[in-house]
Amino acid sequence: MEKYTTYDQDVLVVGAGGSGLRAAISICQAGLSCGIVTKSLLGKAHTVMAEGGAAAALGNMGEPDNWKVHFKDTMKGGRFINNPRIVEIFSKEAPDRVRELEEYGAVFDRTPEGLISQRPFGGHTYRRLNHVGDRTGLELIRTLQDKVVSYKPIVYMEHTLTRLLMDGDRAVGAFGYNRQTGEFVAFRAKAIVFATGGWGRMYKFTSNSWESTGDGAGMAYEAGAELMDMEMVQFHPTGMLWPPGVRGILVTEAVRGDGGILKNNKGERFMFNPEYMPELYKGQYADTEEEGYRWLTDKVNNRRPPELLPRDVVSRAIYKEVLAGRGSEHGGIYLDVSQMGAEYIKRRLPSMWEQFYSLGGIDITKQPMEIYPTIHYTMGGIWTESETCSTSIKGLFAAGESAAGLHGANRLGGNSLTDILVFGKRAGDHAAEFAKNADFGKIDSSQIEEEANTLLAPFTNPGKENPFKLTQELQEAMQEGAMIARTEESLTKALNKVMELQERAKSIHVEGDRVYNPGWHTARDIRFMLKTSEIICRCALERKESRGAQWRLDYTDASEEWGKINLIAQRDGDAVKLIHRPVPAMAPELAAMFEEIK
Amino acid sequence: MASYSANSREEGRAPLPMENRERDWWLMPLLTVVVLTLFGIYTTFRAFENNYYHYTNNGADYLSPFYSPLLPIAWYLHLPLFGLKMVSPAIYILIFPLAFRLTCYYYRKAYYRSFFWDPPACAVAEPRADARMKYTGERKFPFILQNLHRYAFYAAVVIVIILWKDTVDAFIWTNPDGTHHFGIGVGSIVFLVNIILLSLYTFSCHSWRHFIGGKHNCYSCSCGTRSSYGIWKKVSFLNHNHALWAWVSMLSVWFTDFYVMAVASGMFKDIRIL
Amino acid sequence: MRDKVTIRLFRGNADGGTETDYEVTTFPGMVVLDAIHQIQGTQDSTVACRWNCKAAKCGSCSAEINGRPRLMCKSHVEDFADSNGLIRVHPLKTFPLIKDLVTDVSINYRTAEKIPPLTVSEDIPRPFKMQQIDVERIQEFRKCIECFLCQDVCHVLRDHNRKDGYFGPRFMIKIAALNMHPLDSENRLRQLKEEGGIGYCNITKCCEEVCPEHIHLTDNGIIPLKERVADYYYDPLKILIRKIVGPKKR
Ligand SMILES: Cc1cc2nc3c(=O)[nH]c(=O)nc-3n(C[C@H](O)[C@H](O)[C@H](O)COP(=O)(O)OP(=O)(O)OC[C@H]3O[C@@H](n4cnc5c(N)ncnc54)[C@H](O)[C@@H]3O)c2cc1C
Ligand code: SF4
Ligand code: SF4
Ligand code: FES
Repeated sequence: MEKYTTYDQDVLVVGAGGSGLRAAISICQAGLSCGIVTKSLLGKAHTVMAEGGAAAALGNMGEPDNWKVHFKDTMKGGRFINNPRIVEIFSKEAPDRVRELEEYGAVFDRTPEGLISQRPFGGHTYRRLNHVGDRTGLELIRTLQDKVVSYKPIVYMEHTLTRLLMDGDRAVGAFGYNRQTGEFVAFRAKAIVFATGGWGRMYKFTSNSWESTGDGAGMAYEAGAELMDMEMVQFHPTGMLWPPGVRGILVTEAVRGDGGILKNNKGERFMFNPEYMPELYKGQYADTEEEGYRWLTDKVNNRRPPELLPRDVVSRAIYKEVLAGRGSEHGGIYLDVSQMGAEYIKRRLPSMWEQFYSLGGIDITKQPMEIYPTIHYTMGGIWTESETCSTSIKGLFAAGESAAGLHGANRLGGNSLTDILVFGKRAGDHAAEFAKNADFGKIDSSQIEEEANTLLAPFTNPGKENPFKLTQELQEAMQEGAMIARTEESLTKALNKVMELQERAKSIHVEGDRVYNPGWHTARDIRFMLKTSEIICRCALERKESRGAQWRLDYTDASEEWGKINLIAQRDGDAVKLIHRPVPAMAPELAAMFEEIK
Repeated sequence: MASYSANSREEGRAPLPMENRERDWWLMPLLTVVVLTLFGIYTTFRAFENNYYHYTNNGADYLSPFYSPLLPIAWYLHLPLFGLKMVSPAIYILIFPLAFRLTCYYYRKAYYRSFFWDPPACAVAEPRADARMKYTGERKFPFILQNLHRYAFYAAVVIVIILWKDTVDAFIWTNPDGTHHFGIGVGSIVFLVNIILLSLYTFSCHSWRHFIGGKHNCYSCSCGTRSSYGIWKKVSFLNHNHALWAWVSMLSVWFTDFYVMAVASGMFKDIRIL
Repeated sequence: MRDKVTIRLFRGNADGGTETDYEVTTFPGMVVLDAIHQIQGTQDSTVACRWNCKAAKCGSCSAEINGRPRLMCKSHVEDFADSNGLIRVHPLKTFPLIKDLVTDVSINYRTAEKIPPLTVSEDIPRPFKMQQIDVERIQEFRKCIECFLCQDVCHVLRDHNRKDGYFGPRFMIKIAALNMHPLDSENRLRQLKEEGGIGYCNITKCCEEVCPEHIHLTDNGIIPLKERVADYYYDPLKILIRKIVGPKKR
């Protein structure tokens, strides 16, 4: 049998993004030994790329903001298939989590009163995004990293886990490899937290990094956990489009929050077209461009421009504009902030300016940007219990982008950075609690052996499929079939392709040895990607309506029945079992409050 | 294409030569060496020359910055310095600006790079770095003295004040009857430009920037710190171009002395504008 | 623009290696990281490199392009090809090599652990009140993406290999961000002078030249710190005053 090293930890945190690090802080504070595993170096996880800010109703801007409004906005943004209790916890605890960051060393931008400055964002009624210029994610991850490091946990950098080790129905460890040496590692833990992020890598034009292959969801699924809302994949309306070298890279929503406008090739601000205004948001946005401009300086007496509608709405509008032949030179839409003046832009959006200037050769203080929706976020994920973040597998907890339930059918910008704080902490607290009352389970060496064989197979496999080639084909298939606009036909086509690729993936062959070998790494990642893609397609086919990020051209309306249902996907041998589960009911006091402020 | 084996300085480093093939990295160090050396030779020569430093023809009053303030002739002749009988007042004057520039954060960069090759340029290998592994930076004598840059700055401020007075004098012309009047010669302009550049250089000093506000952590906390914030911001703005001021002010001082020397020795004539 | 460029890539590990030429097809806006990905995807899937964001935000893809430390995702192919269409791509040379473009930068994480976190006294009211003018300065340092290019280029670490004596520029500004924090109460000068080895820096400014975030590491960070250290440890007048008046409370 293959050699491997075993490490023992009270709690194992898989993922060193914001949610993983926040969980680790709680675990260390509880006095338990904590191991953090990450595929990259510490501080490089996806969270570092977040730009706009973290939403929490601090109410620092002189507006009557509070958790109730945040609750309402989030439910609405999620088109009411979010778990109301999760949203309640979230909006109530978010302010504390953000303030706590200051204690840990974060340095947010300030208001004249010396408080944390907040900026407007799509779908949020008031200015609510706590930010640091347009590099909030960096501030957040670095702050948490510094804090966690002061507790001296063990950080396993550049380790990839590929298998959850089970003792009966309980998760008791995980197995994987050290990327730097290729050696196998096994972890034994009393509790495990998955904070593995999302899976935007399945699409061709993506703002996500190589890490976003959905390993967490994949491992949990393989171990029998329930996944939820997997059809809900968010397309961020503004991804870079040109030159091809930068395609997909994100243009933060803060550009629109700070005065950026969307224009088609006729120079029209098409978002003012009433056709694009959803029923749910009627009357809450500016009707005229003048009001939109006035709002920039007087936010209290004017309504925000429709460019700041939730992401799904704006993405769809862009899609339609381009389809109608009103697109830009390279098939996108123009985003223009140049009218705001160079000084303002460089102060408010420094890294955007830099990004366009150095990567795209475009000076956004003078020229419009060309943009097109890019895959951005995955609302779905591992089902979690609202209070404790425990999953349907005993001993396994999940938080952050890898968990489901908070964002429903569409995430509001800025809600993720607070999501990872609020539920990172909760997952950490409850995993620690669980670990205190539990022993190490039994590690079953046959599971390890099986996984080791799976991992090593590509070296000896007689086939000659190239893992990078397969990834590319998958990305193209998903981009085409499961993008913004979906139909039965397109989804079926994508699904068939995915199934074909799953078959071909069995004969992947890689060269070289195990030391830092990207080909070999991809060979395993693609299996997770293929499985997750299959689940996305199946769920999207199943949900015969349009809701949030799921836009079906063959079922263009939201249906009342589907509005009461979350789709659960669970492994059933080799097949994917889909379960219709009722959306948890809103507690009466929440529902009442909802009525009263509606 | 080359093949390399592991013989780098530290165990495990990439077995590759450290070389920067990107651009003409040697240009800047070379230029620095040439200009600083020329300036050094010129200054030494002028310091010992002890002549042509004060132009007073036609009622002018151009005093070379190398020799300002005019020291009483009598005593310096008898002062021993380094066991020598020194012959020029400039020696006693020049050590102050020299100390200021030698310990200046910008000049340190310039001469560490171009004279000490520590490093010659970014990502360019230092010659014989293995042999010089005992590098101590600014931790040991003599370089530890760089920490006293602020005192050189204090002296430089005094010199700047004196030179401002000389500049004013350069605009005041003596009539044959001993009375004075305002006037402008080419030399006056040279003096004015020089002192402005010198002031910009002096007051963009890093030590000054620290002294005037950089040392505070909270600017909004008191009245005093609030006003120092404003000055600190302005000094920071100047400080941003400290290297530029260092170069142009050195050239301008050089030229000013040369100008005085030239008109005093009759090499060419000063022209009255007004 | 050329249709093809040649990437002369270092392949190997610390025991030895070769520079291997790979021809890649260019497209508008192509960066060196794209070229490496193309090599991985179509020519040799064992080429090792790090990356994450491909948007100059995470600081993973550090390498030496034509001998100078840079982010691969921010370096346009067309700017770096010489007249023969050749670009040299090497790993960072200051850190031990793992494979190809991947180096062992773990020393930086060990250094980070030595720096005490922000310490705010209990009597400061919460939530914190801080003015923008008070945080501006440290926000610049907090832009750092930990690409470690400055650590790579710093001659104290690179040529003299004094990793035992000097924390390096990245950590000087990390301490600066804490030391200049309006609410921090920890005395950090001793660490700066002793363990941190600020005296090793001879402000030759290469760190500032390579920083992709355009942080003014020396002018705004290291030099002000040197002045603070001088205040405390070297300025005879200040030391005398302190002796007489007693230490100032911070
Ligand atoms: C460009 C961009 C901008 C964004 N802007 C905003 C914004 O302004 N506001 C906002 O709220 N949100 C924003 N988001 C979304 C937000 O950044 C992410 O959703 C959030 O950071 C996710 O954090 P996380 O902790 O869940 O996971 P991640 O940060 O993705 O971390 C995942 C971690 O899991 C590890 N991991 C994964 N698989 C494995 C495995 N198999 N073995 C071991 N480790 C593994 C990874 O190495 C990584 O450390 C943005 C996202 C992007 C891409
Ligand atoms: S200025 Fe100092 S820290 Fe920066 S590279 Fe030079 S010696 Fe290193
Ligand atoms: S200071 Fe600049 S060069 Fe150094 S690690 Fe940070 S971002 Fe990179
Ligand atoms: S890939 Fe993130 S900085 Fe280059």
